[in-house]
Amino acid sequence: MKLKNLALLPLLAVIVLVQLLCSWTDSVFYLTQLTMSAYYSLLIIGLCVLMGYAGQISLGHAGFFAIGGYLSAALTTRNLVPFQDQFCVRLLDAAGCLTAGQDIYGEALLVVTPWAACVIAVLTAAVVAFLLGIPVLKLKGHYLAMATLGFGIIIYRIVLASSYFGEADGISGVPGFTLLPGLSVSGDFSNRAANYYIAWGFLLLAMLLLRNLIDSRVGRGLRAIHGSSEAADAMGVDTARFKLHTFVLSAILAAIAGVLLTHYNGGIGPSEASIMKSVRYVAIVAVGGMANLWGALIMGVILNFLSLRGLFGSYDDAVFGLILILIMLFAPGGILNLRFGGLRLLPNLIAKRKREGN
Amino acid sequence: MALLRINQLGKHFGGLHAVSDVSFSLKEGAIKAVIGPNGAGKTTLFNLISGVLSPTSGEVLFHGKAIQGFKPYRIAGLGVARTFQNIKMFAGMTALENVMVGRHVRSGAGFVASMLRTPACRREEVAIRRKSMELLDFLGIADCAEIEATSLAFGQQRAVELARALALEPTLLLLDEPAAGLNIYETAEVGRLITRIRDLGVTVLLVEHDMSLVMEISDEIVVLSFGQKIAEGLPTEIQRNPEVIKVYLGE
Repeated sequence: MKLKNLALLPLLAVIVLVQLLCSWTDSVFYLTQLTMSAYYSLLIIGLCVLMGYAGQISLGHAGFFAIGGYLSAALTTRNLVPFQDQFCVRLLDAAGCLTAGQDIYGEALLVVTPWAACVIAVLTAAVVAFLLGIPVLKLKGHYLAMATLGFGIIIYRIVLASSYFGEADGISGVPGFTLLPGLSVSGDFSNRAANYYIAWGFLLLAMLLLRNLIDSRVGRGLRAIHGSSEAADAMGVDTARFKLHTFVLSAILAAIAGVLLTHYNGGIGPSEASIMKSVRYVAIVAVGGMANLWGALIMGVILNFLSLRGLFGSYDDAVFGLILILIMLFAPGGILNLRFGGLRLLPNLIAKRKREGN
Repeated sequence: MALLRINQLGKHFGGLHAVSDVSFSLKEGAIKAVIGPNGAGKTTLFNLISGVLSPTSGEVLFHGKAIQGFKPYRIAGLGVARTFQNIKMFAGMTALENVMVGRHVRSGAGFVASMLRTPACRREEVAIRRKSMELLDFLGIADCAEIEATSLAFGQQRAVELARALALEPTLLLLDEPAAGLNIYETAEVGRLITRIRDLGVTVLLVEHDMSLVMEISDEIVVLSFGQKIAEGLPTEIQRNPEVIKVYLGE
């Protein structure tokens, strides 16, 4: 392991410390919001790579989150008994992707297993991102923002209008997702600490992978596109392909976040697909400083945690809108880069150490 | 055999004939300069060769193969590197990282390998870094390696851009006004550098305004005026060519 990845160790220590503190002080309820924040941050660091490093904005990432969440929720709850004889269902059955049981009224129930649902959901998001990305990523600036916004609206209206996705009620009663025997993503109180570690484990893993990516041939290519698209092209970087692959990668992370959070919450509602969610993610990446994975991670956790604790009350969305405006006006480099008389608000030691460590 | 052949190349923007019917060829291992007054179509010609623009008519043959209309990244992949008239550094990246981008087509790690940092990927990364440092050293700016490229002095940025282009291990190097904005000492230094690059076996095509530099280092010169080739030959021939003198000095 390279020295610079040791920077993740203090984070690991903080994660463990927070959990221990919560259990000692009898306030384990905080772990619930911290778990949810970790899943949202998974989406946010993916979006950070897309926006900060590849320089492509997306106002539709709640859409990918919703594709992941809604598909896994629908597949693991919607009864397939009436469709048993259809080819698709028989195929899934033959592949061992279905699980039989009984619903609360004792009727026969046949649903897709969480693992299979997760794979289908994430693959769907990836394919949608790929197909959407080919035409849309040719656009620049506001045009790209508008096009991704349009995509977000479409997904929102689909989940809101379709009875398969539960219309305005969303989908509830989503079962737990057993990742490994004894390790299950679910909202059970008894599993609270374990789920906290699962969520943060995913986030740390994604952070490690994305940090590797940024500091590699591919990452340099992406940053080069951001720096000067023309010169990147002249150096042989296939800019269109790199942008597309990053878009798909960020959509996959968003979908995984959607799948896991839906199993954790036991359901999903249309607000998860709303435009305001997409705006919120963009705002958090901006607060974190755009091309700053640590900033995105830290701000993602803090702001989502405060929001989930209800600190912003019913002004939740207004607060994130305000944050976006303030950041754009006063700290376009992100809040971690804000200076007060030469002192950084939060000394960005990590970045400095990285530079010296190389 | 000619490394590069331009065959009756033309580019029209509406009614404007930026380049029309230009033909010349470039021998392997030579330095050839394209000169001409402002607006003669020199940069357009460069953009046609490097794929930024596609020609309205004619051909660009590289190693005998038609490459006109290819995307720039494909042409770069064939071993054609270029620099820009107004330096285009990658902002937010160090000088070394800028040069490392130049190794892009000579390396192959993809998204998955990069994220997992596979052993092959790691070895490749070490090789990229070493080669890039060598090039910074070759250009005498190794001590700037860790400095953000956009904060370097102008002359150093030119050197970084040159190192970046060389990192591609080009067989053909296109230099768009490499001496622009440099004083006479720096210009002379750039001249020596270009000759050294040629001695490494790289064929060079350059656009340049500085006549002393062009006359000193070029093996051959092409003169453009209003998008057309008006002369081609050895520096001594060009200096005496009445057509060229007329274009530059007026009648």
